[in-house]
Amino acid sequence: MTSLPPKRPGQKQLGLVIDLDICVGCHACAVNCKEWNNGGGAGPLSDLDPYGARPDGVWFNRIHAFETGEGEDGRTVYFPKSCLHCEDAACVTVCPTGASFKRAEDGIVLVDEALCIGCKLCSWACPYGARELDEKEGVMRKCTLCVDRIYNETLDPADRVPACVSTCPVSARHFGDLGDPQSDVAKLVAERGGVALLPELGYRPVNRYLPPRRRPVAAAASAAAETAAESAGSKLLRWVDQLLSR
Amino acid sequence: MQPALSIILFTVASGAGYGLMALAGLFAAAGLLPQGLGLAALSLALGAVGAGFAASTRHLGRPERAWRALSQWRSSWMSREGVAALASLVPAGLLWLELLLGRRAAQAPLGLATAALAAATVSCTAMIYRSLKPVRQWDNALVLPNYLALALMTGALWLAALASLAGGGARAAAVALLAVPLAAGAKLAYWSAIDRAAPLLTAAQATGLAGPVRLFEAPHSEENFLLKEMGFRVARKHAARLRRIALLLGFALPFLLTAASLLSSLVAAPAAILAALSGTAGVLVERWLFFAEATHTVTLYYGSAAV
Repeated sequence: MTSLPPKRPGQKQLGLVIDLDICVGCHACAVNCKEWNNGGGAGPLSDLDPYGARPDGVWFNRIHAFETGEGEDGRTVYFPKSCLHCEDAACVTVCPTGASFKRAEDGIVLVDEALCIGCKLCSWACPYGARELDEKEGVMRKCTLCVDRIYNETLDPADRVPACVSTCPVSARHFGDLGDPQSDVAKLVAERGGVALLPELGYRPVNRYLPPRRRPVAAAASAAAETAAESAGSKLLRWVDQLLSR
Repeated sequence: MQPALSIILFTVASGAGYGLMALAGLFAAAGLLPQGLGLAALSLALGAVGAGFAASTRHLGRPERAWRALSQWRSSWMSREGVAALASLVPAGLLWLELLLGRRAAQAPLGLATAALAAATVSCTAMIYRSLKPVRQWDNALVLPNYLALALMTGALWLAALASLAGGGARAAAVALLAVPLAAGAKLAYWSAIDRAAPLLTAAQATGLAGPVRLFEAPHSEENFLLKEMGFRVARKHAARLRRIALLLGFALPFLLTAASLLSSLVAAPAAILAALSGTAGVLVERWLFFAEATHTVTLYYGSAAV
């Protein structure tokens, strides 16, 4: 059924919160995602020409890198992107077969690959590029929010999070119920001013991105002045000081 | 957007087929459809529609499951298109039978039902594109009238060609002479609208980042499905040349040839057939452009500044 589930207040909306301030662009989340899902319930995630000149294949999570700002404000931002599990997911409603659906119980958007005809219309309807055609299997693939991990009672409770979250070496990825304003992830979003992507289009994505923090301009300037008088050894202390005073 | 041959052939063939089917239905409802012409028109229309749907399955990763696409008509325009396409076969088939048996009693209701369902099917096809907000060239009120006008035009040109072979066809040619300028106007209005509209969304909006946002490094070094499917680009100078070709083949030549077929009975049949062939070729070019000129928001994550 590709109609969206009825909306209830306080509806559980599992999703990710991604901290763009501390993501270092190591691609470990993407690699662990591919690793887990290639062998898990959503797999295989086919590759074309994997060892050849033009490797190509299905990934649920891809890490883009952008430059923003000019001059001193310029910075590089690593930007992991996967399915945002939208509340008004057009990829679900356009599906002609019922393969694409949004779960009423937790808001996860999934593809039933036994029903999918590979028409690609869902990939056209998704503004974020979250859905990819598996050219070997002829069906559409997408992030499952590791639905086969997060409820998996054979795993240690600490591991019942999406593979990307479990593997992030800098804890730039957070997982939880964004439909509950009292959840840790919802509080984090409120505290850091987390943003939704392309809210103009009205799909109401669930995932949130925490924007890079502003660099403390005055502190950086005075620190630079101090540096001139300081020995190389105290640089470490200054870095620790900056880290602790965040 | 990738201009996939299967989808171009499908939308052009089914558009012409449903246009022809609708006009045959209306002519039959008005009692103006001779038996031979009616059978030929409905047979050609059903053949074109069938060939179009066969081509469309080439676009599917799992064509053997195509029947499943009929199930989600409550939410999906593609599913509604399939349901309307099948439903149109009922009155069209019965009308064909009515003509074959030489009966007239039910021609009016069957003809009207055929025309209505043919128009509904073309509308569903158009709405598949019209409802996609990530593609601003498709999220445009002119998409639906364009599909309808182009289907009517190609259908009228084919009906006029068939009628000229039967030695008549003044009425069908007159309809074509009205439909061609109508379709040309719709297409010119669409092109003008997508050219005038400023890009709606920027890479800054797509990433939620402040200030100008430039792609520093793509996530992967080679192509992927997203870039192959949604990242297709057509050079502006090629687009301008192809638009001129579409205008010439699709509208100017068919109009002049149809006028010539009306004026001289000597060249009526060859001119009307050439008009139909030229018009169809022009609409194939137009449909290629409909995809090739459409830009998708996913390219904002791959270096487009705005779409």
